[in-house]
Amino acid sequence: MLEIRFHGRGGQGAVTSVELLALAAINEGKFAQGFPSFGPERRGAPVLAFLRINDHHIRLRCKVAHPDVILILDPSLIRIQKPAMDLKAGGVIVLNSPKSISEVRREYGFKHTLAVVDANTIAREVLGVPITNTTMLGALIKATGVVAVESLEHPLKERFGPLAAKNLAACKAAYEKTQVEEARP
Amino acid sequence: MAEHAKRLGMEVSIAVSHAVQMARAEAIAAYPITPQTHIVEHLSSLVANGDLEAEFINVESEHSALSACVGTSAAGARTFTATSSQGLALMHEILFIASALRLPIVMAVANRALSGPLSIWNDHSDIMAARDIGWIQVFVENGQEAFDHTVMAFKMAENSQVLIPTMVNMDGFILTHVVEALEIPEQALIDRFLPPYVPRHQLDPKRPMTMGAFAMPEIYLEVKMKHQVTLMNSYDRILAIWEEWGRLTGRHYQPVERFRTEGAKILLLTMGCLGEVAAVAVEELREQGLPVGLLSLRLWRPFPFAALREAVNGAELVIVCDRALSLGGGAPPVLAEVRSAFYSLASRPAMLGYIIGLGGRDVSPEDFKEIVARAQKENPEAPSQEFFLYGVRG
Repeated sequence: MLEIRFHGRGGQGAVTSVELLALAAINEGKFAQGFPSFGPERRGAPVLAFLRINDHHIRLRCKVAHPDVILILDPSLIRIQKPAMDLKAGGVIVLNSPKSISEVRREYGFKHTLAVVDANTIAREVLGVPITNTTMLGALIKATGVVAVESLEHPLKERFGPLAAKNLAACKAAYEKTQVEEARP
Repeated sequence: MAEHAKRLGMEVSIAVSHAVQMARAEAIAAYPITPQTHIVEHLSSLVANGDLEAEFINVESEHSALSACVGTSAAGARTFTATSSQGLALMHEILFIASALRLPIVMAVANRALSGPLSIWNDHSDIMAARDIGWIQVFVENGQEAFDHTVMAFKMAENSQVLIPTMVNMDGFILTHVVEALEIPEQALIDRFLPPYVPRHQLDPKRPMTMGAFAMPEIYLEVKMKHQVTLMNSYDRILAIWEEWGRLTGRHYQPVERFRTEGAKILLLTMGCLGEVAAVAVEELREQGLPVGLLSLRLWRPFPFAALREAVNGAELVIVCDRALSLGGGAPPVLAEVRSAFYSLASRPAMLGYIIGLGGRDVSPEDFKEIVARAQKENPEAPSQEFFLYGVRG
């Protein structure tokens, strides 16, 4: 089973992301759970969202405590939440940042496998707005191969209707541009 | 998988509204409350878009919601509502009236803690405060069960030998708000399983009758006795309906679900989706060689006394996990009921009670393993406490 935790802020679409990815995995015949950290919804406040993907029915009904992957939509959360603290050894960090991998390693001290993409720039260019949730799914898929990019097409259409094509394009652009580097000992 | 069933991913709340749609509910009255909201929001849009031919009655409170349901059900309409926590509490007096009038209303309860302190998160204090309302009360563990039992609830409630409103309890947020995979049967299967509701009695201006007349002391007791007997007797009908659903869909349900109970000396007992979490712990403990099994109570009212005694068969210790607290009392509600099922027996297992997951406190498989470890250290004949409030600080 793969457990992924999304770190975002209210309004950035972390919950939508886990739902889309869960649907994509289910459409591929897998089992998945996508759910938010439940609570009052406040724009701008830190938000967690959780995703589990498995080959059979998932019985867990608790938060993801030790994720295999963390995805950080908003780098300003790193100092507040220390999201990598409970990441499994061998885990993956997927980060939205304009900085290079080596800069990110230096700045935050991340030792895990690291995937970085400047999702804000891609989202501004492709979607016209700096909302990076669907863009970051491309980075996540590049780093983990958890679903095929194409599997997002149907859930995106259901969710965004005519805007789905642009979101898929942003996702694919991020997939191309994401830099991935193995863990540093 | 049943023939022509579709495997889909969706939020469990939405699956519940689809179940209501496919059951062809004719009247819905509800007031939105977290975490039930998505169920009724979606139903409201299904009705507004013409995808469900039903009357959706907007009301100003849950008291009115259930009162409206009493009216539509008495008029002969297949009726649904949903609520949570304070909403269920606000319905309280009407809950008894609906069941005493023998109106087959179906209600989804997205279980949530009662205030105060104000909490929107999950536990079972809402339903436990409504334990004695005379409804059939079922608990589910996952999205598929939430869908299946919502459909089946109509058939149970409307059975001419039952005619008792039915509640499907689903843990708020941790179940209702999860997007997961489930199978949606084809409409034709549901239509075959659940024919239109034909009321035995209904309000009709052309044939006036009284429902809800008052009862003098000379008759009140007999009416209550009849209610109790009918509710207990509904058990066989419920099982028959679950069997029929099992034949149609391949998904079989039992009033007391068993998991790895073969040769178990220790049994965990849970209700709602804690059962799935506990199952993960049980599997791991079994691998370590500990003879632990799990019972998950699906049917809370009518309480399955005989099935429970049979399922416990041979276990030395039952660890009952409640998600509610009986303030000022001793055993929490599920423990009290389970104890009462065994009290009169010459040979009975020891029982320990643990209260977990109140007000949305996260419960993981590790917690169940810890509970089993702690329970083994207790002297079950003379436990150090009447019950244990697991995880409490200070």
